[in-house]
Amino acid sequence: MFKTGSTVLVFLLMLGISPCLAQDNCRDCHFDFEDDDGPSHKIVRDVHIQKGLGCVDCHGGDMTLDDMEQVRQVKGYRGIPTHREVPEFCAECHSDAVYMRNHNPALATDQLDKYKTSIHGQRLFGKNDPKVANCISCHSVHEIGDAKMPHSSTHPTNIALTCGQCHANADYMAEYRIPTSQVDDYMESVHAKALYEGGDVSAPTCNDCHGNHGAAPPGVSSLSAVCGMCHAIEADLFNGSPHKIAFEENDYPMCETCHSNHKIEKPTDAMVGAESPAVCVDCHSADDGTMGIEAASNISGAIGNLVAAHDEADSLLNEAILKGMMTTDEEFRLKDVRQVLIQTRTLVHSFNADSVASKAKEGIEKADEVKSNSVALIDEYHFRRRGLGLATIFITILVVALYIKIRRVDNRLYSR
Amino acid sequence: MAGGGVKEGLYARLYAWVNERFKVDALVDYMGDKKVPVHGHSAFYYLGGISLFLFIVQVVTGILLLMYYRPGADSAYESVRFIVANVQFGWLIRSIHSWSANLMILAVFLHMFTVFFTHAYRKPRELTWLSGIGLLGLALMFGFSGYLLPWNELAFFATRVGTGMAGAIPLIGESVMVIMRGGEEVTGATIGRFFGLHVAILPGIFTVLLAAHLIFIQRQGMSEPVQWAGKSEGAKRYQRFFPSFILRDLLVWLIVLNILAVLAVLFPDGIGVVHWPLGAKADPFAPPPEVIRPEWYFMFAFQALKLLPAHVLFIEGELFGIILFGIGGLVWTLVPFLDKKRADQKAQYLMAFGWFVVAFILAMTVMGYLV
Repeated sequence: MFKTGSTVLVFLLMLGISPCLAQDNCRDCHFDFEDDDGPSHKIVRDVHIQKGLGCVDCHGGDMTLDDMEQVRQVKGYRGIPTHREVPEFCAECHSDAVYMRNHNPALATDQLDKYKTSIHGQRLFGKNDPKVANCISCHSVHEIGDAKMPHSSTHPTNIALTCGQCHANADYMAEYRIPTSQVDDYMESVHAKALYEGGDVSAPTCNDCHGNHGAAPPGVSSLSAVCGMCHAIEADLFNGSPHKIAFEENDYPMCETCHSNHKIEKPTDAMVGAESPAVCVDCHSADDGTMGIEAASNISGAIGNLVAAHDEADSLLNEAILKGMMTTDEEFRLKDVRQVLIQTRTLVHSFNADSVASKAKEGIEKADEVKSNSVALIDEYHFRRRGLGLATIFITILVVALYIKIRRVDNRLYSR
Repeated sequence: MAGGGVKEGLYARLYAWVNERFKVDALVDYMGDKKVPVHGHSAFYYLGGISLFLFIVQVVTGILLLMYYRPGADSAYESVRFIVANVQFGWLIRSIHSWSANLMILAVFLHMFTVFFTHAYRKPRELTWLSGIGLLGLALMFGFSGYLLPWNELAFFATRVGTGMAGAIPLIGESVMVIMRGGEEVTGATIGRFFGLHVAILPGIFTVLLAAHLIFIQRQGMSEPVQWAGKSEGAKRYQRFFPSFILRDLLVWLIVLNILAVLAVLFPDGIGVVHWPLGAKADPFAPPPEVIRPEWYFMFAFQALKLLPAHVLFIEGELFGIILFGIGGLVWTLVPFLDKKRADQKAQYLMAFGWFVVAFILAMTVMGYLV
C-alpha cells in the first residue's frame, strides 16, 4: 500500500502537479466528463499548476466539495469569465504587484494597462468587439506557458503562429481591412531565417517590433525607432543623413521604404546603385535634380572595389594556405578587412558617398597588404622548390663523383 | 700544371706542418690497417654511420634554432612562430631538425635490431652494446623533451600524458613526475626543465657516451658474421676502413642528406603520423584535443598500456605494464651476458625473443594508429 502511494506521488511529482491536486474534486470530476483536450487534461502543462496554484485560485469555489451546486453557492465563486471579462479576470493577480512578488517577481504587472492602450484593448473595451484578442487568445486557456517554455504559445518560435491564428486568416480579418500576408512575408524574412534556421531565439518575431500587451503597429515616424532598437548604428547614421528630412517631408516610412516591413530580405550590395535591382532607383533618377543617383553610383562603386580587393586577397591567401605556408598573420589581417567591409556596408545608411569611399579605402589598403604578403608567400614557396631542385642536382653530382672516386680507389686497391 | 704544382706544394707543406705536430700519418696508417668484412649483409654496416650523420645534423640545426628560441610559457610558442614565419630559412631549419630527429631514431632502432640479430653484441662488444642502449635511451629522451619546446596544444597535452605515465612508476613515480614537470602540473617551469635537459644535460651525456661507443667500435673493428667463424682466412673478403668504407659512408650520407632535404622542403610540418604542425598555443584551461597521440616511437608502449585491464592480479594495470616493460628492457640490455653461445653458434631462444619484440612493437604501433 505504502509502495503504491509512493509510486503515485512520484508520478504526480513527475507531472509537475502538486500533491494537493490529487485531492482536488474540481479536477477529479472534470477529468471524467471532459475530452482529452479539455481544461482538466491540459492543465498539467500549465505554469500556474506548476507554481502550486489550483482551479479555485482563479475560479473561486471550494475544491473539497463534490457537489457542483454547492460549489456555485460558495462566496467568491466566479466560474467561467466572458470574453470581455477575461482581461480583468487575469489582472486580479497579474496587476497585483504584492501578490505577484510571491510567485514570479520578474514578471511586470502592467499588462492590463498596456492592453488597454492596444488596438485589441481599445476595441474590446470601447466597441465591445468579441473578435479581438484578449489574454487567452494568445496565452491559451489552461495550458498557459512561460515564454521560455518551448511548448508555450508565447515562446519566440511560436509567436508568429499565435498571432497568425487571427492575422493570417483572411475571412476572420476581412472586416478590419488590414493585410493578412504578414506571417507568410515574415517567414521569408532574414529575421525568421535567423530564428528558425539559425536557432537564434533572440531574433525578432512579431512582438519584438509590435509590442506584446500594448500591441500596436509602428507608425511612420516611429518605425526607425523600432528598427533602431536593435540596428542602433544604422538608425543613428540614417538620422544624420539627408534622407531623414526628405522622408519626413514626404511622409515615407524610414527603414521600410528600402527594406520593406515583414518580408525583410537579407541586404545585399546590389541594393545600392544606379541601376535595378538597386532600391535607389525606386525614388531617384539621373535627372531628378538631386545627387541621389550619383551618390548611389559612387557608394556602390566603393563597396564593389572593396569586395573585389577582399576576394582577390582571400583567393591569394587560400593559395598560400594550400601550399602549406605559414599564414597566421595574414589570416588575422584578412579578418580586419572583413570587419572594415561590414563597417563600410553599415555606412551606406549615411548616404554619404565620401565617408563610404573613405572607409572602403581603409579596407582596400589592408586587403592590398594581404595580397602582396600572400604573393610573397607563394613566391617563397616556388623559391623553396627551386632551391630544393638545385640542391638535389648538386648533391646528385657529388654522389656520382664520389661513386666514380670509389670505383677508382677500389680498382687501385683490390684489382691485384 | 704549374698552378697545380703550387697547390700541391702548398697542400704538402700544410700537411707536413700538421703531421709534424699531430702525427696524422699514424692515424691514417691505423685506419688503413683496419678492415671491414664484405658479405651479403654489409649494407647494415652503414646504419650506425647514418645515425651518426643524423645526430650531427641535429646538433647543427639545434644550435641554429637556439639562436632564436626563447624558453618560457610566454615566449616559447611565439619564438617558434617567429622562427617559422620570419627568420630566413627558419622553417627549413626547424623542418630539418624535426625530420632528422625522427629519421635518427628510426636509424638507431634499425641499427640496434641489426646488431641484435647478427649477434654483433657478443664478446668483446658487451660495452659497445650497453653504450648503444644508453644512446637509444638518450635519443628517446631527446625526442620527448624536444616535443614540448614549441609549447603548442599537441605538445602540452602529450607531455601531460607522458609525464603522467612516469607518475605510475612504483615508489618513486610521484617524485619523478614532479621533478620532470617542475611542479604538480605541466607549466612554464616544465619548459625550463625540458629545455635544460634538451640543450645541455642530454647533449653532454650523449657526446661522452657516443665518443665511448665510437672508440669501442674503432678498437674492436666491425663484427664478422657468425657463418664466417669456420671459414679460412682466404675465403673471407675484406675492404679497408680507410679510404674504401669511409668513402662509401660519405656516399650514403649524401643520399640521406638528399632524402632529408626533399622531406624537409616538401613536408615542412611532417606527414601522416610523423607530424609536427605548430597549430595553436598551449592553453592549460582548454579541453584536450580529441586525439592525443605520443610520437610514433612511443606509440607501442602507449598502446600496450592502454590495452591492459584496470587491474592485473591486484596490481594496477598501468603499473603492471610498466613493470613488464622494465623487465623486458632489462633482459634486452643484458643480452650480451645472457647469450653464452660460441662465436659460430646462433642463440635461437634469444632470437625468438627478438622476433617477438619486433612483432610486438609493429603490432602495437599499427594498432595504436588504426584503433
